[in-house]
Amino acid sequence: MSSTTLVRPNAGGLGRSKFLIGGLLILAAVIYLIISSAAAGAQFFFTVDELLARGPDAVGKPARIAGAVLGDSIVYDPESLTLSFTIVHMPADTRLINDEGGLAAALDAAVVDSTRNRLDVVYIGVKPDLLKHAAEAIVSGELGEDGMFHATELLLRCPTRYEEALPGQAG
Amino acid sequence: MIADLGFFSLLTAFLLALYGCAAALVGVRRNDPKWVASARAAALLSFPLLTISALSLIYSLINLDFQIEYVARVTSHSMPLYLRATALWGGQAGSLLFWSWLMSAFASAAMLRDWRRDRDLQPWVIVVCLATLGFFLSLVIFFENPFARMWQGVTGAVWTSIWQPTGALPYIPFDGNGLNPLLRHPGMIIHPPMLYLGFVSFVIPFAFAIAALVTGRSDDRWIRVTRRWTLVAWLFLSLGLLLGSRWAYDVLGWGGYWGWDPVEIAAFMPWLTGTAFLHSVMIQEKRALFKHWNLLLIILTYDLVIFGTFLTRSGVLSSVHAFAQSAIGPMFFAFISITLIASLALLSRRWQILKSDVQMTSMLSREALFLLNNFLFISILIICFLGVIFPLASEIITGQQITVGPVYYESATGPLWAALLLLMGVAPLSAWRVSTARTLGRAMWWPFIGSLLVLAALLFSGLRNPGALLGFWLCAFVVLVTLYEFWRGARARSQSKSEGFGLALWRLVGRNRRRYGGYFIHLGVVLIAIGIIGIEFFQQETQGRLAIGERLELGEYAIEYDSLAEWQTDDGRLIDRAVLNLHKGGEFLRQIYPRQDFYMEAQQPMTIPGMHSTWESDVYVLLVGWEPIAADSATFKMFVNPLVNWVWMGGLVFIIGTLVAAWPEPDSALAILPAAGQERRRSAEARG
Repeated sequence: MSSTTLVRPNAGGLGRSKFLIGGLLILAAVIYLIISSAAAGAQFFFTVDELLARGPDAVGKPARIAGAVLGDSIVYDPESLTLSFTIVHMPADTRLINDEGGLAAALDAAVVDSTRNRLDVVYIGVKPDLLKHAAEAIVSGELGEDGMFHATELLLRCPTRYEEALPGQAG
Repeated sequence: MIADLGFFSLLTAFLLALYGCAAALVGVRRNDPKWVASARAAALLSFPLLTISALSLIYSLINLDFQIEYVARVTSHSMPLYLRATALWGGQAGSLLFWSWLMSAFASAAMLRDWRRDRDLQPWVIVVCLATLGFFLSLVIFFENPFARMWQGVTGAVWTSIWQPTGALPYIPFDGNGLNPLLRHPGMIIHPPMLYLGFVSFVIPFAFAIAALVTGRSDDRWIRVTRRWTLVAWLFLSLGLLLGSRWAYDVLGWGGYWGWDPVEIAAFMPWLTGTAFLHSVMIQEKRALFKHWNLLLIILTYDLVIFGTFLTRSGVLSSVHAFAQSAIGPMFFAFISITLIASLALLSRRWQILKSDVQMTSMLSREALFLLNNFLFISILIICFLGVIFPLASEIITGQQITVGPVYYESATGPLWAALLLLMGVAPLSAWRVSTARTLGRAMWWPFIGSLLVLAALLFSGLRNPGALLGFWLCAFVVLVTLYEFWRGARARSQSKSEGFGLALWRLVGRNRRRYGGYFIHLGVVLIAIGIIGIEFFQQETQGRLAIGERLELGEYAIEYDSLAEWQTDDGRLIDRAVLNLHKGGEFLRQIYPRQDFYMEAQQPMTIPGMHSTWESDVYVLLVGWEPIAADSATFKMFVNPLVNWVWMGGLVFIIGTLVAAWPEPDSALAILPAAGQERRRSAEARG
């Protein structure tokens, strides 16, 4: 072990400012890390209506959309692992969801309402176990020129049966 | 009825908790030990009462008393006995009851210690423990009652209440919902209790900290008394996190173990502050520095524990738009705000007397490096916290919800983890008070050269990824420093006491459990880091549809589709299981069996990987789809996860290290808490 001395050198202004400068430098580095990483990892969260309202502006920009899954629209080709399905607009605001009687009721209301906006989603990968009619899908990706939403991440929630929140399987 | 018994003992425990708080406060005010003794009795009594309550719920769960709404929600006829019993923590209401039961157990255990030296602290410890318990019990009783029953009126409407409404008849569903199939896994059965044990045992050090603040004690007594509690809390929390990761790896089927999900982060945040706390209390014990900081850390840990309990069960953040959706959300929010503000106010009132006359002098001293360690842990905490609240905050500020994904967490925390690894290598070699670059350099000369040799070997073997090279080099450095420390200590001991090297090493660790237990933990962390670097930088994946006899190749491995069978089980699953021949470098290795279990009752499939696991890598194959009936072709997703087993091995070393550090000293092995107190008193007297 290196020698320990009991003599305490002068802990004057220099000592303090040394720690202060060191601390500030680290703080600056951490803030830089947070900002640059947030910029790289940030995604805008839209409802289906909000995304469609943006029109051509939305094409090619990273976004995250929540909607209710239409069971009949789910098509999966295991050969190419191409999964496509349609989501229906549902409100994002908690109050609006509660007005409709909770998440389960809001999802059920969305899938039977043919007047609401819909969005076709394509996802390449494993079909998640939780993907079914009237589940809430949260898709991340971007809107393509073809008007389809190309998802790179797919999370699902089925509030009707189980109360536990689970991380999405095979996303 | 059993459920009535459960509810009434729950109610009694709640009233006792309120009484105990009041009695302790009266005891302080009148300076009357009788009131404090009465409060202590209330705290002790809460445990048997809640045990009765928890047992009656377990009884109802096992016997499928479906009139109880909670039972109908989390169990079903098809669930085996052990799953029915553990459904106690399968849903929110039961989890809260379970949490309260653990809290009462820990509060009682704290009451049984030898209080002779800490009479002044006792009433306040009681107040904090029972107020926390009372809060959780109020949630259980008024908002999430696991004993509430379902009733049906003449109109056919069904509602839930604890009492029978007039004119209504009991409503008993034919079968329950059952536990989500994804949760029916051994890892998920023991993971929540571990996490909760970790959460709850952090309340005890917090209680002592608050007691020290209220009574105006400025010494480190509260830290010494609760050192073992903190270590145990930390051990359970670490175990809970590891088991949760293992569950995700085995059950969720995305080839990974950690997804930076808000629920995971909620459990991770108290671990971060707890780890910082474990390190920085050592500085207060050795150098009487950072008194404010340690109090702040334990306060933060406590409130993050409450926050974590809330998030892990209510799932409010995973929904991204539902903070107030849960009835108990605002309650939790209020409780966290009140405890946080009250604790901080208390801390600021005692700010002056906690001021230390000692100052830090050297930038490379042990205490300065510990401070840096704390700084890094808190930075990671802030990154995690910002990530979790980002969607909420951005919605409030801009009206537009913005989320951040794993990319954010990985790129923001990655460099900080690397810095922490480096510190783990440097700090054990630095001296308290004064350490210079020269002395430090002399101490770490050998490990440094050794780590460079490892780096050269890695370069020679063809590894070129800069991030991975840096990571592995740091890992090698920490391992060598740690082993060097063991060797140096044992050699010094064997020379001075003329013992054999092996015996000297054994006694060295035995006599300095905290220090060498800590080094074991560091070695475990390095193993975990190696595993993480392996899977983060070198995970490979591919997917494809295979006809019988066809092969899919990935790296040096190949899978060949052999057959697929489908059958039903007694517990209501339809199982589709593929048989694959796994080849390595062209040679047949073994068969693996990826499968999909379809829970018919829940209409939910569950994907279970087929795995070939070695210390080098895991081959992890998922059955994605198949041709019905003939099954002459099927689709598979295949991962090669290098070094992932090091994560679990590291976890094991980590746990052993924590046990070494927390193990009672030999002469106090018979009665852990009281004797430890006496022993410290003796040593304190000897020092004084």
